[in-house]
Amino acid sequence: MSFEEIKDILIEKFGAEVIVREELHVNQPTLVILPEKIAEVCLELRNNEKTYFDYLDCLSGIDYGVEENMFGVAYHLTSIPYKHKLALKVVRYHDRSREELPSIPSVSSVWRTAEWHEREAFDLVGIHFENHPDLRRVLLPDDWEGYPLRKDYKAQEYYHGIKV
Amino acid sequence: METLTSAVTGKTYKTRYEKLIAEAQSTEMILNMGPQHPSTHGVLRLELITDGEIVKEVIPHMGYLHRCFEKHAENLTYQQTIPFADRMDYLASMTNAHTWVMGVEKMLGIEKEIPRRIEYIRVLVSELNRIGSHLIALGTYGIDVGAFTPFLWCFRDREHIMNMLEWASGSRMLYNYIWVGGLFYDLPVGFEERCREFVNYFKPKMGELNELLTDNQIFISRTANVGILPLDVAISYGCSGPMLRASGLKWDLRRVDGYSVYPELEFDVPIGKGEMGTTGDCWDRFKVRVDEIEQSLVIIEQCLDRLQSDLKRTPDFDPRAKLPKKIIPKAQEFYFRAESPRGELGYYFITDGKSEIPKRVKARAPSFHNLSVISEISRGILIADVVAIIGSIDIVLGELDR
Repeated sequence: MSFEEIKDILIEKFGAEVIVREELHVNQPTLVILPEKIAEVCLELRNNEKTYFDYLDCLSGIDYGVEENMFGVAYHLTSIPYKHKLALKVVRYHDRSREELPSIPSVSSVWRTAEWHEREAFDLVGIHFENHPDLRRVLLPDDWEGYPLRKDYKAQEYYHGIKV
Repeated sequence: METLTSAVTGKTYKTRYEKLIAEAQSTEMILNMGPQHPSTHGVLRLELITDGEIVKEVIPHMGYLHRCFEKHAENLTYQQTIPFADRMDYLASMTNAHTWVMGVEKMLGIEKEIPRRIEYIRVLVSELNRIGSHLIALGTYGIDVGAFTPFLWCFRDREHIMNMLEWASGSRMLYNYIWVGGLFYDLPVGFEERCREFVNYFKPKMGELNELLTDNQIFISRTANVGILPLDVAISYGCSGPMLRASGLKWDLRRVDGYSVYPELEFDVPIGKGEMGTTGDCWDRFKVRVDEIEQSLVIIEQCLDRLQSDLKRTPDFDPRAKLPKKIIPKAQEFYFRAESPRGELGYYFITDGKSEIPKRVKARAPSFHNLSVISEISRGILIADVVAIIGSIDIVLGELDR
């Protein structure tokens, strides 16, 4: 199934506003989805028998840099029976000075593997996932300060008396 | 640990982990296993909620080997990151580097210009490395369930592979041999002959290993019908590689995506059939790896045939001829995946088209997602079987923690 057909399915089901824009990268076109709708869109893509994206390859949290003040999450899906692939993305503008984290709905109810992917994005990039059942740090210790993959990250000087 | 505050509603809530610990019964015991436990294959820590010998819940904790590969990759050029990619899955460095390099070449649009000989050498060394990696998985799995001899046999044979790869690249485990656009060096003179000698030596050894371990009744009793992973659970948890194939799905990215020269090579994709118990049990996962070694040998023979006939070494052949002077891919976001011995290894790149350094790199490590299924398949089993399950998942902590 082609990229255009998948786009049409989503527009038919959710309306045109669900797709914020398309990014036509050389190797991999990407659909940018409205952040509020991402969980429903993913559920539809998995359950629709024409698309049937039953496998989540990768979910990546992204910090777009200090000037842009934008955070994103990229989803790479595969359908095992049809062997087709799709890249989705959501972006959220977020001012770093605010205390709460940028928040995006969790897709862990659609694919269980998203649970650990999202824990990793929370741990390293500092993105909060709504309705995530177990949002804890996964690679770093629970009491680590800051989110290392953010562009403005400064490592703490000491961690429990050990120089970092 | 503190409770989390929702960014939207401002309410605090408990994570599943906290609930599990808080709701443990007084008859249950919380048992810590690892990170120094020998059967955790490195520095994995498991928290077990047990009722006598029965495991109620397994909670994995990891990160003891975290080096933040992704942060390193965001501060180094593509060529400089290859040694770091090697160090992720240190048992299969060639495949890691090969995946990284193919991803970068695809972004540069030069993947069609790579000479055939180079591509065949890359596949040859990757498959040798795959055999070495599977031999460790099989040998250490023997130790996990109480068989010591297979371990020694596997390491004896792996030593030959290590020596060959050392001859080619100068290093035993972390090679830095595959470069963007080419190779570090051509294969040394006589490598093909020695490799063929090894294949002929090694083929009967697999039969011996099968007699000793795979078809051993004690081993079958320990692994058959243990840790059964149904296919739908495997897919939902993002399992890949031998884990997914043992559950009965023919899904090998070498075939599905057909990258590099794999479409030109003949090989089968072994799957679990539940011969000794149920499809997707520990024995099936073991057997899939045994069969994959045989298929890798078939691939190696075909590569050697080509490398010794039409793609023969010529005096003017330069494996560094196509190395790009500056690696600056066009601005794009790109996810590239390939089949490592443990499953789907993927790299997600974001480039800005101006700099030699990627803006963001994410590594999708197969061990990480293969491990995530452990709490699902370990409920209600004996503690000794947890050891059998961890071994059958074949995790490499360097890759899990990145």
